[in-house]
Amino acid sequence: MQFNFNSSEPIYLQVAQQIEDAIFTGGFKEGEQIPSTTEISKEFHINPATVLKGMNQLVSRKLLEKHRGVGMFVAEGASNQITLNRQQNFYNKYVIGVVKEAVRLNINEEDLKKLIEQGYKSI
Amino acid sequence: MKGIEVKQVTKSFDKKMILNGIGMTIEPNKIYGLLGRNGAGKSTLLSLLVNRIAPDTGEIRLDNKVIRDNDEQLSKMFLMSEVDLYPKNLKVKDVFKWTKSFYGGFDEELAQDLCEKFGLQTNIIFNKLSTGYRTIMKLIVALAVPVEYVFLDEPILGLDAGHREIFYNALVETYAENPRTFVISTHLIEEIANLIEHVLVIDHGRLIVDDETEKVLGEAYVVSGPEDKVDEYTQGLNVIGSDKLARIKASYVFGSLDNKPISDLINIDQMDLQTLFVNLTNGGNENE
Repeated sequence: MQFNFNSSEPIYLQVAQQIEDAIFTGGFKEGEQIPSTTEISKEFHINPATVLKGMNQLVSRKLLEKHRGVGMFVAEGASNQITLNRQQNFYNKYVIGVVKEAVRLNINEEDLKKLIEQGYKSI
Repeated sequence: MKGIEVKQVTKSFDKKMILNGIGMTIEPNKIYGLLGRNGAGKSTLLSLLVNRIAPDTGEIRLDNKVIRDNDEQLSKMFLMSEVDLYPKNLKVKDVFKWTKSFYGGFDEELAQDLCEKFGLQTNIIFNKLSTGYRTIMKLIVALAVPVEYVFLDEPILGLDAGHREIFYNALVETYAENPRTFVISTHLIEEIANLIEHVLVIDHGRLIVDDETEKVLGEAYVVSGPEDKVDEYTQGLNVIGSDKLARIKASYVFGSLDNKPISDLINIDQMDLQTLFVNLTNGGNENE
């Protein structure tokens, strides 16, 4: 797990985001226990209440499961759910920004489509 | 009510007002950051909270009981400060013993563990320790003493980066294991910004911020872009400062953005605690 904090968002959201990323990239596997609030809190000098708030975000999204007295576990199907969720947000998060910037740079729709095709080829 | 209540507290030294009408509540089991420029009144406030000095007016209560000359209430609080209150020629281990008899308890296991981690020898007379190690000894005492409220005045004075790391880890660990209130006064704001749940800012003897850290930062924005666009956007907002490089401007806004429409040319980011603090308290300091 690689935590990289910035100041542009509340810390609890960043905690949630980073754990989600770790699940998405396979750093935390489904059914596996994730580090405790104290461990994360100690490692990154974040208030335990903030860490817990971030984790609870993921619990309410059913990506994490609380096992009483044991800790937090990655829920079955969490990775798929994250993918689905990110697909739904793809347009708002990326496409709109790309189109706006293209308009500012006088890149028309045709040219943008060509650039996207080129991008697909290069991967 | 559980917690410490500070009501309309005023304190002057030599006819100079140091604290002016301070009112606040310190709740159980929370980590607070007490921020202020040099001479803002932080140390005075902390000394008042543990009754090391008495207020001129106003009162301080802990769990509904006035703390003044109330040994039972005072034994629930501990202040670590620059002032050394221990008898001279005491060895480090004797300071631990002395604290134990004074507070009726001491987490010796924790103290020993921290002495090892910091590399503090307990057979040395504490007066002969370097500044850094004297701070370390006092920190260990503050973390091992069995109280509900721990006040740390400049707890990292003279500590190098490695030792500060050990301290922050120890703080989080002991807090998770045994939740209690910590009020930390420090100038290294960035290092504790994510640790503190609640932020208190004192400026010129007045309490100017008293809120959850998350809420405070949620209302602190950096608006940057071309000067005219930034000025247009921030008109009517609470601008607490700005930086300029040629015609590019960054304005610091503390408070609501009023849902104004945002021009494509400007960026709005969340401000960090240090930047917020500097801009809120940059009016010089008359208490210096």
